[in-house]
Amino acid sequence: MTLVKAINNALDIKLNENKDVVIYGEDVGYEGGVFRVTQGLQEKYGAQRVFDSPLAESGIVGTAVGMAVAGMKPVIEMQFSGFAYPGFNHIISHVSRMRNRSRGKYTSSMVIRMPYGGGIKALEHHSESMEAIYGHIPGLKVVMPSTPHDAKGLLISAIESQDPVIYMEPKRIYRAVKQEVSEDKFNVQIGKANVVQQGKDVTVVSYGAMMRDTQKALALAKKAGISVELIDLRTIFPLDVDTIASSIKKTGRIVTVHEAPNSFGVASEINSIALEESFLHLEAPPKRVTGFDTIFPLPQGEHHYMPTPEKIYYEIEKTVKF
Amino acid sequence: MFKEYDPLKNKLFSVMDKDGNITHEKWMPDITDEKSLQAYKNMMFARKADLMTVSYQRQGRIYTYPPNYGQEAIAGGIAQVLREDDWVVPAYRELGVWLAKGATLKEVFLYFMGYEDGSRFENAKHLLPVSVPIASQLLHATGIGYEIKYNQKDEVVYTFVGDGGTSEGDFHEALNFASVWKVPVVFVIQNNQYAISFNVKNQTSSRNLAVKAVAYGLKSIQVDGNDFFAMTKVAQEAAKLAREKQEPVLVEALTYRKGAHTTSDDPSKYRTKEEEQEWEEKDPMKRMKSYLASKELWDDKQEEELDAQYKKEVERQFEEAENYGEYPLEDVFKYHYDEMPDVLKKQLYAHEKYLKWKEGQ
Repeated sequence: MTLVKAINNALDIKLNENKDVVIYGEDVGYEGGVFRVTQGLQEKYGAQRVFDSPLAESGIVGTAVGMAVAGMKPVIEMQFSGFAYPGFNHIISHVSRMRNRSRGKYTSSMVIRMPYGGGIKALEHHSESMEAIYGHIPGLKVVMPSTPHDAKGLLISAIESQDPVIYMEPKRIYRAVKQEVSEDKFNVQIGKANVVQQGKDVTVVSYGAMMRDTQKALALAKKAGISVELIDLRTIFPLDVDTIASSIKKTGRIVTVHEAPNSFGVASEINSIALEESFLHLEAPPKRVTGFDTIFPLPQGEHHYMPTPEKIYYEIEKTVKF
Repeated sequence: MFKEYDPLKNKLFSVMDKDGNITHEKWMPDITDEKSLQAYKNMMFARKADLMTVSYQRQGRIYTYPPNYGQEAIAGGIAQVLREDDWVVPAYRELGVWLAKGATLKEVFLYFMGYEDGSRFENAKHLLPVSVPIASQLLHATGIGYEIKYNQKDEVVYTFVGDGGTSEGDFHEALNFASVWKVPVVFVIQNNQYAISFNVKNQTSSRNLAVKAVAYGLKSIQVDGNDFFAMTKVAQEAAKLAREKQEPVLVEALTYRKGAHTTSDDPSKYRTKEEEQEWEEKDPMKRMKSYLASKELWDDKQEEELDAQYKKEVERQFEEAENYGEYPLEDVFKYHYDEMPDVLKKQLYAHEKYLKWKEGQ
């Protein structure tokens, strides 16, 4: 199953199971989404439950707040994460706040799906990776899967969650990875990282599409005789502090990889965990391998921006040899 | 009615003149004298509470508060059609509607004293908390409308926005979504002439605000919002369209904010005494009182007695709110998620440890 198919399968399962679930957004109904993530769902569940909305992101998120308050479970799509900003006012002003504002009387529990990330030779606003801004907003959860299995299990958990979840999809690997995934329902827990590989020399943390590049870097590390413990975050907020900290205590070294800009990012947060939770165990400065603090370049320049397996390996080696 | 008062004709819908005489008998709403009198009393209570709240703020006993003074008849009219299961999605200047929906004055006080607990509205079904980001709530109302239609419920959503809010994108998106989806939402613009200091004449080049619905395919009407009977008639017709035909409606209610934008604002900086006097003559309470007096349903003595009674009631609820007690530290944290994440637990615990240390100093 590809990642796209896994997401589609999770949506199918929840639509079938819970009548309160509705899916809407731009082109998600008849066409099945510009990436075909929702393909076939309108046919199966009807246009009351899977539908195209007018082209207005604020309208999409804002109406979802109302539906959620009234007891429905909207799963809405922002066609690209770079198009979400007109809806951002509702995300930061209402989606994240309704439970607290009403002291728990109302919730705004919904899933906001958005494909994110670069490396696809796209137009402007189609390549950014802005998970940190959502992670910074109290009241939200932020999930970023890297495999078809996790994409399915995390999405099912996100739809079942009583909290609003920003679900960021690594569009670069929508169809690049195939994995055996059960057609049955299963959950992957939100807030729990996955230790993909045990190791003793250095902890490497990544998530989403960058997991693939990181794993390629690990092949280089293996050749060089470096034993890497690899963690896939799966969830950006709340971060699995315990898993990260105990791994750093074991290896004494930490490298975090993401394609989002460097400053105030997820890697910076992980470095804080390293310092606050495992200071005395550190053998080297915590390292961030990330995009630059720049606008994501247009296609001719994007190879400069994206962290590559070689660059990730280069930083791993430097950290181990420090 | 909507045809005759098509907003393109720029004709204001009214029933009663400024002296309380019924000028358009054929538009008189279906309402008993008893109900009209009760509505007047409720509007009196809202006004009393509002004026007293401003004075409590001046005494430093409550924080910033947005006064409703002069706008009572809008809520008065909507209250006539509001059912228990109907939804109210307010902005922040809807005191009369909150009370009509079952919120207590004590809860309103708690909110403006700085307790989120005031937004719990224990006995008010389907009432949303205050929404500060201008016009955003209109989309929430539209989403609720979708749920009503989806589950084939017999409910209507009433949502409110000011004149300034009609310039926000969300106002337009909400009208468009509501019209495309055909959902039972009544949008009420409280056109009180000012967005803080900015006069509505400069807010738009449209001939009125109701006309903005035309392009979206909604019925709409401009009504004298200081005329209780006109407001009630419009509310009845709008509710009927929404409830029976799942048709959204836009109502522009013309009124005047006699008070300040909030207690932090000084309107003398941006409007004239002459203008205020002009609107004073159209005051909704004065007009309603003249009407009731002419029908011998109400007199000054009764008004005086009820005023004194309401004063006591407001004081009682204010004192209850004032004695509400401490805001526990845990309450800062505990309503963000279904289950408190470890990261919040740790921050709470660390702060408690600090507080213990501080106590020991």
